[in-house]
Amino acid sequence: MNQVAARYESLRRDRRKALIPYLMGGDPGLRETADLLTVLSEAGADLIEVGVPFSDPVADGPIIQAAGQRALNNGCTVAKLLATLKEVLPGLGTPVILMAYYNTLYHRGIERFMAEARESGVAGLIIPDLPPEEAGDLRHYASEYEIGLNFLVAPTSPAERIRQAAEASTGFLYAVSLKGVTGVRNQLPAGIPDFIARIKTQTSKPVGVGFGISTLEQARSIGQLADGVIVGSAIVQAIAEDSSFQKVTAAVRNLKEGLAG
Amino acid sequence: MTENRPGYYGRFGGRYVPETLMAALDELDAAYRRYATDPEFTAELDDLFHHYSGRPTPLYFAERFSRELGKGRIYLKREDLNHTGAHKINNALGQILLAKRMGKKRIIAETGAGQHGVAAATVAAKFGLSCTVYMGEVDIARQSLNVFRMRLLGAEVVPVRSGSRTLKDATNEAMRDWVATVDDSYYLIGSVVGPHPYPMMVRNFQAVIGRETRAQLMQAADKLPDYVVACVGGGSNSMGIFHEFVAEPAVQLVGVEAAGEGLETEHHAATLSKGEPGVLHGALSYLLSDSDGQVLEAYSISAGLDYPGVGPEHSFLKDSGRVNYQAVTDGEALAAFDYLTKTEGIIPALESSHAVAMGMKLAPTLTEGQIMVINLSGRGDKDIHTVAQSMGVVL
Repeated sequence: MNQVAARYESLRRDRRKALIPYLMGGDPGLRETADLLTVLSEAGADLIEVGVPFSDPVADGPIIQAAGQRALNNGCTVAKLLATLKEVLPGLGTPVILMAYYNTLYHRGIERFMAEARESGVAGLIIPDLPPEEAGDLRHYASEYEIGLNFLVAPTSPAERIRQAAEASTGFLYAVSLKGVTGVRNQLPAGIPDFIARIKTQTSKPVGVGFGISTLEQARSIGQLADGVIVGSAIVQAIAEDSSFQKVTAAVRNLKEGLAG
Repeated sequence: MTENRPGYYGRFGGRYVPETLMAALDELDAAYRRYATDPEFTAELDDLFHHYSGRPTPLYFAERFSRELGKGRIYLKREDLNHTGAHKINNALGQILLAKRMGKKRIIAETGAGQHGVAAATVAAKFGLSCTVYMGEVDIARQSLNVFRMRLLGAEVVPVRSGSRTLKDATNEAMRDWVATVDDSYYLIGSVVGPHPYPMMVRNFQAVIGRETRAQLMQAADKLPDYVVACVGGGSNSMGIFHEFVAEPAVQLVGVEAAGEGLETEHHAATLSKGEPGVLHGALSYLLSDSDGQVLEAYSISAGLDYPGVGPEHSFLKDSGRVNYQAVTDGEALAAFDYLTKTEGIIPALESSHAVAMGMKLAPTLTEGQIMVINLSGRGDKDIHTVAQSMGVVL
C-alpha cells in the first residue's frame, strides 16, 4: 500500500480527518521549502502537498500563480526540487504528495519522473490537468513505483466520471469544492454537502476536499463531511507574509483545531 | 479522417484539462455532433457565410506577382476579404450558432493579433451575447486598433499581465474564466488548438476555405493545385485550406511558421520546426519548451503567429510527412508584405505575409502550367503601425 492510502487508513482508524497544507516547491527558495516541510509537519499536517512550479498553471488562481513564478525566477527546477525532497523526506514522518501539471511529467518521461519521485521519497501525485482517461501510462508506472494517485472530481462531474476517478485513485479522491481556480474564498458553495454525499455513494475511498478553503470554520464544516481538507492559497499567502514562518505555523494549528471537532 | 480514436490525431490531441471542464467538453462534443449534420444549422451557417461574411471569397489569379517570380500561376485565396478582415470569422460564426443552440449567454475568447477577438466580438454583437476577450498586454500594445474595434463592438477586453503577456497567457486566463463560469459561458476558441472537440470542430468550420478553393480552381484551370501554401500559428487557416487536399497526394501542402529573428536564435515561434511534443492548453502537440518542460515565450513580429503551441492535427501531419513545414523570418515576411503590396495592390496581414514569403521562395521552381495557391488569411490594415515601426516611420 502506498503511503498516502496508508496515512488515510490510520487516520480513519483514529477517527481523525486529514489536514493537507500546500506549499509551492522552491518558493521563495529551496532552502525554505526544506525548512517549511518540517514546520508544517510539526504544526500538525497529516500529509503535505508540494506544488511543482509550472509556467502555465491553468487550474491556479493569482496567489499560487505568483508563488510558482517566484520559484521559477529563483531557479527552481524539477531536479533541484526532487533533490531537496530527497534530503528532507526520509526524516519527515509526513507523507508528501506532489502537485504537478502534466507537461512536467510528460516532458521528463513518465517512468523517469515516477522513478525519481520514488527515489526522493514522494508518496503521491496530483495532476490537475490530467483526467483519468488520459492516464493509462501514468497509472501503470505509479503502481510499479508505489506512488499514490489522487484524481480530481468536480461539482460538474457526473456519477460515471466520479466512479472512474475513484477507481483510478490509489490514494484519495480529490474533490474540487467549487467551479473555479485555486484561491481563498469567503464563502464556499452551498452545494458542497450534496456534492460530497454524491461522491460517497460512488466510492468508499477517502475523499479530500480542496479549493477555496482557508478558515477554521470552513475546515470544520468540510471535516464533518469528508476525510481530508486541503488548504493551498491561504498557506502560500501566510508563507509569503512572514519569513519567520510563525504565521504559517499559526494557520496550520488553527485549521487543525477546526478539524479536531 | 486522420483521427484514430475520438479527439486524437495519431498520438496527438486528447483532453488535458481540469476535471471541471470535462463535462462541458462532453456537452459541446454532443452538441457539435448533433448540429454538424443538421440541415437547418448548416443552412443558417451557409447563409451567414454568404450574406454576412461575403463568401465565397475570391480565388484571385495574381498575374503580375506570378509573372515576375517565375513560370507558374499563383492564386491568392482572398480570406482577407471576409467581413472583419480575416478567416477567423468562419469559425466564429459556426461556434456562435452552436453557443446559441446550447443556450449559452456569454462568450469567452482569447486573442493574439486581435483578429479572432474581433471576430468573436462581432458575432457576439450580432447574436446578442455578452463577450469577454482575454488579450496579453504586449499584444494590446501592438494591436491597439483591434482592441478599440472589440470595445466598439461591445466586448470587454481584459488585459493579461501574467507570463509572457501574449496569446499563451491570454489562453490560460480564458480557461480559468471558463472553469469558473462553465454553466452559462461558451469558450469560443479561435484556432485548431485546445481539448477535443475544438481542433476538429474549428478545422471543420474553416474547411470551407479548401472546399471553395478546389471548386474555384476546377472552374478556372480544371485541375488541382500543385502547391497549397498557408501560414501556421495555432494553425486554423492552414488546416482550413489543407483539409480538402490532405487526401490528394498530388497536392503539395506547405505550412509556414514564424522564424522570427531566425531559427538559430531563441526568438521565433516555429513550434513544429524546433519544438518537441508536450501538453499545453488541453492537448498533446508540438510545443516550445525548455529542458524542464516549462513553456517558452514565442516570438514573431506577427502577433497572430506568436504562440508556442500548435494544433495537434498539424503535429500529426508533420510526423506523417504529409505536410512540409517551413519557417520564414520577420525580415522575409516584411519583404513579402512590401512586394505583394507593390505588385498586386493587396496589403496582406503580417501572418499571411509569411505564406506569401514562402510562395515567393517556391515560385522560381514552378514549371509552366503549375499552380500554387497561397492562402491570404487576413488583410494588413491592423499591422500598419507595426510595419511603419519596422521601417522607422513614426505615424
